[in-house]
Amino acid sequence: MTELTLVQAVNRGLRVALSSDPDVLILGEDVGVNGGVFRATEGLQKEFGPERVIDTPLSETGIIGTAIGMALYGLKPVAEIQFMDFIYPAFDQIVSELAKMRYRSGGQYPCHVVVRAPYGGGIRGGLYHSQSTEAYFAHTAGLKVVIPSNPADAKGLLLTAIHDEDPVIFLEPKRIYRSLTGEVADGDYRVPFGKANVVVEGTDVSLFAYGAMVPPTVEAAQALLSEGISAEVVDLRTLVPLDEKAILASVEKTGRAVVVHEAARFCGFGGELSAILAEKAFYSLKAPIARVTGYDTPFPYALENSYLPNPARIAHAARAAARTQ
Amino acid sequence: MAKAATSKTGSQGSADSFPEDRIVEIYRTEVLARVMDERCLTLQRQGRIGFYVPLAGQEAAQIGSGYALDPSDWIFPAYRELGLALVRGIRAKSLIDQFIGNSADLTKGRQMPNHYAFREQRFVSASSPIGTQITQAVGAAMAAKKRQDPIVTITFFGDGATSSNDFHAGLNFAGVFAAPTIFFCQNNGWAISLPREKQTLSPTLAGKADAYGLPGVVVDGNDVRAVYRAVREARARAIAGDGPTLIEAQVYRFGPHSTSDDPSRYRPEEAVRKAREHDPVLLLQSELIRNRILTKDSDSKIWEELKAEVARAIEAAENTPAVEPLSFFDDVFAQPTPTLEEQRASFDQLLREGVLRP
Amino acid sequence: MSAGAGVVPLPYDAAMAGSLLGPEARAIALSAYRWMTLGRALDARMQGLQRQGRVGFYGAATGHEAVNVALGLATSPADWIVPGLREQLAALVRGHPLAAYAQHLFATDLDPARGRQMPCHPSARDVHYVSMSSVIGTQITHAVGIAAGLRARADPGVALGFFGDGATSANDFHAGLNFAAVYHLPVVFGCANNQWAISVPVERQTRSATLAAKGAAYGIPGERIDGTDFFRSYATLRDAIARARSGNGPTLIEFQVYRMTPHSSSDDPTRYQPRDWGARAASHDPVLRLEDWLRKNGQLDPELEGQIRIEAERQVREAVAEAESAPPPRPESLTEDVFVDSRPFVPERGE
Ligand SMILES: Cc1ncc(C[n+]2csc(CCOP(=O)(O)OP(=O)(O)O)c2C)c(N)n1
Ligand SMILES: Cc1ncc(C[n+]2csc(CCOP(=O)(O)OP(=O)(O)O)c2C)c(N)n1
Ligand SMILES: [Mg+2]
Ligand SMILES: [Mg+2]
Repeated sequence: MTELTLVQAVNRGLRVALSSDPDVLILGEDVGVNGGVFRATEGLQKEFGPERVIDTPLSETGIIGTAIGMALYGLKPVAEIQFMDFIYPAFDQIVSELAKMRYRSGGQYPCHVVVRAPYGGGIRGGLYHSQSTEAYFAHTAGLKVVIPSNPADAKGLLLTAIHDEDPVIFLEPKRIYRSLTGEVADGDYRVPFGKANVVVEGTDVSLFAYGAMVPPTVEAAQALLSEGISAEVVDLRTLVPLDEKAILASVEKTGRAVVVHEAARFCGFGGELSAILAEKAFYSLKAPIARVTGYDTPFPYALENSYLPNPARIAHAARAAARTQ
Repeated sequence: MAKAATSKTGSQGSADSFPEDRIVEIYRTEVLARVMDERCLTLQRQGRIGFYVPLAGQEAAQIGSGYALDPSDWIFPAYRELGLALVRGIRAKSLIDQFIGNSADLTKGRQMPNHYAFREQRFVSASSPIGTQITQAVGAAMAAKKRQDPIVTITFFGDGATSSNDFHAGLNFAGVFAAPTIFFCQNNGWAISLPREKQTLSPTLAGKADAYGLPGVVVDGNDVRAVYRAVREARARAIAGDGPTLIEAQVYRFGPHSTSDDPSRYRPEEAVRKAREHDPVLLLQSELIRNRILTKDSDSKIWEELKAEVARAIEAAENTPAVEPLSFFDDVFAQPTPTLEEQRASFDQLLREGVLRP
Repeated sequence: MSAGAGVVPLPYDAAMAGSLLGPEARAIALSAYRWMTLGRALDARMQGLQRQGRVGFYGAATGHEAVNVALGLATSPADWIVPGLREQLAALVRGHPLAAYAQHLFATDLDPARGRQMPCHPSARDVHYVSMSSVIGTQITHAVGIAAGLRARADPGVALGFFGDGATSANDFHAGLNFAAVYHLPVVFGCANNQWAISVPVERQTRSATLAAKGAAYGIPGERIDGTDFFRSYATLRDAIARARSGNGPTLIEFQVYRMTPHSSSDDPTRYQPRDWGARAASHDPVLRLEDWLRKNGQLDPELEGQIRIEAERQVREAVAEAESAPPPRPESLTEDVFVDSRPFVPERGE
């Protein structure tokens, strides 16, 4: 066990994968000599050489298209997109090619690719260094979407992603890259996909969150406890595949659900969660499902704290739900 | 496509005559850019602005091209084009308002520092994604041509942006449609940590123009006159209906990529020291003193004046009130959707109830 | 230039054709001709069936046969083909069974791609023929990645990334050629310039003098050749592949060809092609050119020619008949292959 930040845990995960499997390689902008602009790939080029930790020209289209080709051949590329906001030049490659390759070839050409990208707000990054657009990818059949919320999960989910035979969009909550630390097991270990994590147990209201929204949600739950409201916090960990069982079990217990994400609300992932609850847990619900999310505006720079859900907003919604009988 | 209907070249005389009578003004603009740069880096270190992208080393490239343009020409910048903004007459205070994101910021605190927009000066909104402005400049040029307006558009981008999708599409479209546009590439040697020679194996970036059937020109970006001439010629060609030009201005990025970057991780200080021997601002300074257009004293006065001007601008900007808390709901659409109206109301409610503090 | 003026034809000297290859020309010419005839027969039959409504769509490669057969013959089994819209014949030359391809065209249960794609989008891993999408250009970077994989494993193969003239405007052309050059990868880019991207003539696609010239923007040697000349296509490919295989980096080859059919069965070229296009294209027919050469070199007489054509037509007829009577994909396969462990489709309650 070692005490690590989330970004260090990502780094260790990459290192384990590179040392244990010669087919794994990393490519992206500034990932080599510079160690990544967030230092997620720090030291890796020195250790594994420029053929396995590859600095690329400035083209996301090139990064993802090339990663796909490598995977078609049998390698296991881990592509870094410097910020999720810059993934769109490669959107075509991701949704038209990566997601569909296995299916359209009748299983002949699987695509063993991980796309890592820091996502989300809270670092004074404005419109283009803050977005949280996981819904685009979760909406695309054939992609797995993974978002860790703590260092141990970051490493364990990343290793699962790198060894998964299908494409994984691995979104790293950059706001908590360094702001929290946690004990992380050494060596290779895997956190399975499709298993949500009940971070706080409770009986009155279920709070669903993922990634950078987990810490403020836990904080809200703690605040509610002092008011006599017992909130359960479920960290989804992977949006695709989704742990429906855990979600339904929680709501069957509490009868109330609050869905938290920093992405804009309209057609956000919270819409899908709410639909699942409405379809499959309708008779357990004692209160309307509430969503605490970013607003349907582009991500603002100066007022980012107004845009982002925070413990106060989350607690406010949970309180209202808990008081509904 | 038909040739452009007009071939007027504006009023600034023949394509290659440099306005020697304005050389001190040009120098002052370069100095102002340098002073702004140094002050803003300090402001960022002190936490008074959140971020900054320095332009040191690129003053002559930007200011030389700025002076070669007509005020009616449209500029499609990246995030490093402070020098151009100054040529367009944008005041230091307006820029610092944007860096702070206060209520006087014309972009209403929406974007990171350096991503400003000045419609009146035909200085288009910059975004962070690399290269996207290139195709936009082509579209605007096609629109100007359609309206028979005797103007050009010019777009600024870096060496790294030559690998972007929009570079490829933009130069190709401009060639096919003979758009009156100028592609101005500031090759500062680096795309964050990636050196120019690893960006592409093309011997020059200007040489890429050939792939689109366009002329490509390399200029010494530290030579303000050479830059001016190259842009004037490209502009004359565009106005005459002969289509676009790609200009590669060779410069060097003296500073970090941005205040988030630590260049000591990937490049030796020695390279920077050598590049600084060709510092465009200092080159022009020593020339002007050598030719007795300026004296050491009159030069120092310029620096002092401009430093004082910037200090006043900072003070004024810092005393400007913060941006209005509900303003981030504005400008999503011309008319907000009902959903957005509802979200705005519920946010306002949270403020009123004291759940959130502004 | 007026629309559809086309590229300046490259000089073709029927007498000199084949001399590039020396004695090898005689050795492969007849086999190449058989394949080209098969391609032509398949196109003719499938276009007919499409008009009768027996197959939903078809995209012919008539006019591209010399390039495609050269691609099939100049590559070795270790090489990888990353095709654009019209290189299916190369998969057959490389050993993908015509019967399997026909199952794909009819989207049957026996289609290796399980009926998931439109006709003419085969996947044939058996011959290293990569799955293509309909999205123009996206395969170009895949070829680059495959080449990186070949080199990482120190395998002897070369990746061949093919695309049309229209695809030179695509994002992936720009990224793919740049990456291939920067990493000096074993890849050959083949642009089948058939002078049309649906209705857009190549002179409106770009202002560049030739498409091959675009290689220089990336530091890649580019060559424009007559893609209706089988021998030149073969020799140029062979040399570029050898260069890539021996570590001398990528090449861009522009094969100048003539699209002799509509863009696809959904297209009506009379709306946009000049009236004389058909005649111009017909005078650059790669099959006739090779036929002519074989005759002059005493390898083909009318009798053999007839036999070859009848044999090709028979093969096509049989493959089509087999595929037409094959069952459609099983409904449960709808949800398979989304992920490695995707389960067959099971209808939900009430569905
Ligand atoms: C599409 C996209 N990818 C990545 C980035 C991250 N990024 C910001 S600046 C930069 C380098 C740009 O280099 P260059 O074009 O040479 O311009 P310079 O910064 O040198 O002026 C990168 C990779 C981005 N902003 N946009
Ligand atoms: C990205 C994309 N845009 C548009 C289309 C529609 N489309 C299909 S084929 C085609 C023209 C392709 O021309 P070219 O690359 O020359 O290939 P050819 O059909 O001539 O072989 C177009 C525009 C597409 N399939 N993909
Ligand atoms: Mg640069
Ligand atoms: Mg074509």
